[in-house]
Amino acid sequence: MKYITTINEKGNVALEDTILYKNIPCSAGSKMLEKFIPLHNSEVADRLEKAGYVISGKVNVGEFGFDLLGETSHFGAEKDENGNLVFPSSLLVKSGLKGVIATELNGASLRGAALGGTVFVKPTYGTVSRYGVIPCACSSEQVGVHTADVESAVELLSVIAGHDGKDGTSLPTEKYEYSSDCGVSGKKVCIPQEYYEKASSEMKAKIDKTAEALKSKGAEVEFVSFAQFEVSQSAWFIMMCAESCNNLSRYDGVKYGHRTDKYTDIDQLYTNSRTEGFGLLAKSVILYGSDVLSKNRYFSAYDKALKVRRAIRSSLDELFAKYDMILAPVTSATQYPSADIKTVYEETYFTSLASMMGLPTVVISGVQLIGNSFWENKLLSAAKSIEGVE
Amino acid sequence: MMKYETVIGLEVHIELATKSKIFCTCGTEFGAGQNNNVCPACCGMPGMLPVMNKKVVELGMMAGMLTNCRINRYTTFDKKSYYYPDLPSSYQTTQWFAPICVDGGVEIETSKGKKVVGIKQIHMEEDAGKLVHDDWTDTTLVDFNRTSVPLIEIVSRPDLSSVEEVVAYLDKLKTLLRFARVSDCKMEEGSMRCDVNLSIRPEGSTELGVRTEMKNMNSITAISKAIEYEVARHIDALERGTEVLIQETRRWDDVKNKSFGMRSKEMAADYRYFPDPNLVPIIIDDEWYDSVKDSLPELPEVKKERYINEFALSESDASILTSSRALCDVFEGAVSVSGLPKDTANWILGECMSILRQKKLSADELSIDPSKLGRIVKLVADGKIVRNAGKQVLSAVFNQDVDPDEYCKEKGLDAQSDTGEIELAVKKVLDANEATVIKYKNGETKVRNALFGQVMKELKGKGDPAMIQNILSKFLD
Repeated sequence: MKYITTINEKGNVALEDTILYKNIPCSAGSKMLEKFIPLHNSEVADRLEKAGYVISGKVNVGEFGFDLLGETSHFGAEKDENGNLVFPSSLLVKSGLKGVIATELNGASLRGAALGGTVFVKPTYGTVSRYGVIPCACSSEQVGVHTADVESAVELLSVIAGHDGKDGTSLPTEKYEYSSDCGVSGKKVCIPQEYYEKASSEMKAKIDKTAEALKSKGAEVEFVSFAQFEVSQSAWFIMMCAESCNNLSRYDGVKYGHRTDKYTDIDQLYTNSRTEGFGLLAKSVILYGSDVLSKNRYFSAYDKALKVRRAIRSSLDELFAKYDMILAPVTSATQYPSADIKTVYEETYFTSLASMMGLPTVVISGVQLIGNSFWENKLLSAAKSIEGVE
Repeated sequence: MMKYETVIGLEVHIELATKSKIFCTCGTEFGAGQNNNVCPACCGMPGMLPVMNKKVVELGMMAGMLTNCRINRYTTFDKKSYYYPDLPSSYQTTQWFAPICVDGGVEIETSKGKKVVGIKQIHMEEDAGKLVHDDWTDTTLVDFNRTSVPLIEIVSRPDLSSVEEVVAYLDKLKTLLRFARVSDCKMEEGSMRCDVNLSIRPEGSTELGVRTEMKNMNSITAISKAIEYEVARHIDALERGTEVLIQETRRWDDVKNKSFGMRSKEMAADYRYFPDPNLVPIIIDDEWYDSVKDSLPELPEVKKERYINEFALSESDASILTSSRALCDVFEGAVSVSGLPKDTANWILGECMSILRQKKLSADELSIDPSKLGRIVKLVADGKIVRNAGKQVLSAVFNQDVDPDEYCKEKGLDAQSDTGEIELAVKKVLDANEATVIKYKNGETKVRNALFGQVMKELKGKGDPAMIQNILSKFLD
């Protein structure tokens, strides 16, 4: 295994390799940053240490977190005995680590927890500081917690969430409270028809089972159709690629990170360093991102995606006026022996809406619960009530 | 030959006079050791987030207010992407979609009279670093001190038509911005730089010709020479077909006195602008707007009029004083203590300026406690100390910031106003100079000055001049 870990006792946590920890290499799964050593801590690392947690190490991730389940890491993918991809963070929390703090960018952490049967909580955008997080899609990516159970997730989330003056998008609330249990009785849950249809029969069975469990605890569950899911995927892809392309442009071989041996002028230094340093998926993101931001495409692509986001915001408010949460699959299938760019794009169908809108999401029992901004407590309470349903 | 007119628009980059950079807490002073004013944020390290320096927004607003712009109450930052080693994050944070100030203008005066030069917009942005070539190792090194130093770019409309107007416009911006302490506008230190957009067209035509842009001009001489050169080149191209003009960016070579093409429009980079998600939109509410508006100083022209009307200063004294914010601040502070505008102006324009000249400092660098100067002026005017003693105190205040009253006491500079002692001195001098006294009595009145001087010498320069004259009269007349 490519991650470093020294599990001592309950209370140890690890950081995914997109979160800076002083003097410990931070590679974001990329050859480009293989030897990059940050000069100081991320805000989340600081908060964890101040609260008495021991940071045991860094956990391998897919290159910059764009991929399906970590398969694009420069340090290699993790597979189980059947040859299916497994997400390193999920594996670690199952083997006893209290939690892994991770960046949720393009769905990998959500998928990792869903397929590994662990818990992942992505809180509302702006509630956890992104200071010291390797940036990609700054308008949407959010730090979350990967744990074995809901209780640990609540505990760690309470430590890392809260206002940070070093992050201009950090919300003003000083401290958040996640432990009050409001149960799930009387709550209204919707299953988007569009998501359900795209899932495999095994995945459909998981959703059905979760729906039954929720009903047995007194929740109302019904199917709903929400046309915005379809369009949110393309809008999200445009935004994610554009912002990531811009953020990845700082890796140019001049200051830190991979520098090619093959150059005689500055243009070759740039081109060869980046060609050698980035993997195929990252390069695709860069190309697509450059295209949607170019002069000729800006208004028909990127600007339109921003407009779509605003439009979805108002229809979401209508949806959440009727329902307390969305119950949905995280992936179409239940296992993946490998993944190509097409698979990655297709699977973001289930995660784009929450990514783009910065919505809180809880993965539990292989499915996801999505709520409106700041509804973490509703989601966590529902998750607690069905914890253990497989 | 057909008559042509020149159409010029300027993009003026001005470094703002903030203590720290635009998005981090690093210092901004000029001349720091290489890479001394840097941190992970302004070096483009991943994970560092920009935190807006509020002062930058306030200075941006001030620049707009001074140039009669409309201030956008909702203003945003955008990212401009391009690769260059002096740009560590490979994007510059600037304002593309919603700049802080729009639609203004300033009045300039040239030999042809007065004219308003339109300002299209003013936007805030961060500066880039500097590349330094090391001849010894034949490598290029980068200094990030200047990276993320806050700038405003003032984009004029193409309203300028001659070198004289360009110089007058730059002077006007410089005066306004220095006066309000928005920037020190030192071209020689790069805190004021200029891109010149130029085209020519037949006189009377309303269409614009092919435009060329000269980037990063940093002296008035270079700007003047470059404009003259470009106009001649354009006219040659049109009249004699020496070349085909293309829209391009050119570089002015100060040594060769020539401009050279750098890149054409077709080769221009696509900067892929988009709103910076890490910087939330800035909303300027009435309270903030008003507080910045209230903090603007009275402008030079208004001040000058007031000095003439309220303080009865001469036009030329008022002009010199209002040419520098520092002189105005010291003058007004000192007058409030001395209550003597004319005397105070004389002390500043005479003694203070001469000290500045000796120290090779500019008027803007006048740094003296105005209330102390006010007290010196008052002490001299009241006859408490003589003028020469006043100069001595002033110099001590300049160099050691002493307290004028205590200094006078300590050095025994108090003017001699004891009638008895002055009488004794007068008698002594008159007795010793009988011949002179006779001359005076015979009508040669100018010898009185010599006698006065002798008395003063006898009193070691501390005699109250008026009193000495009185006593002299008593004995002589």
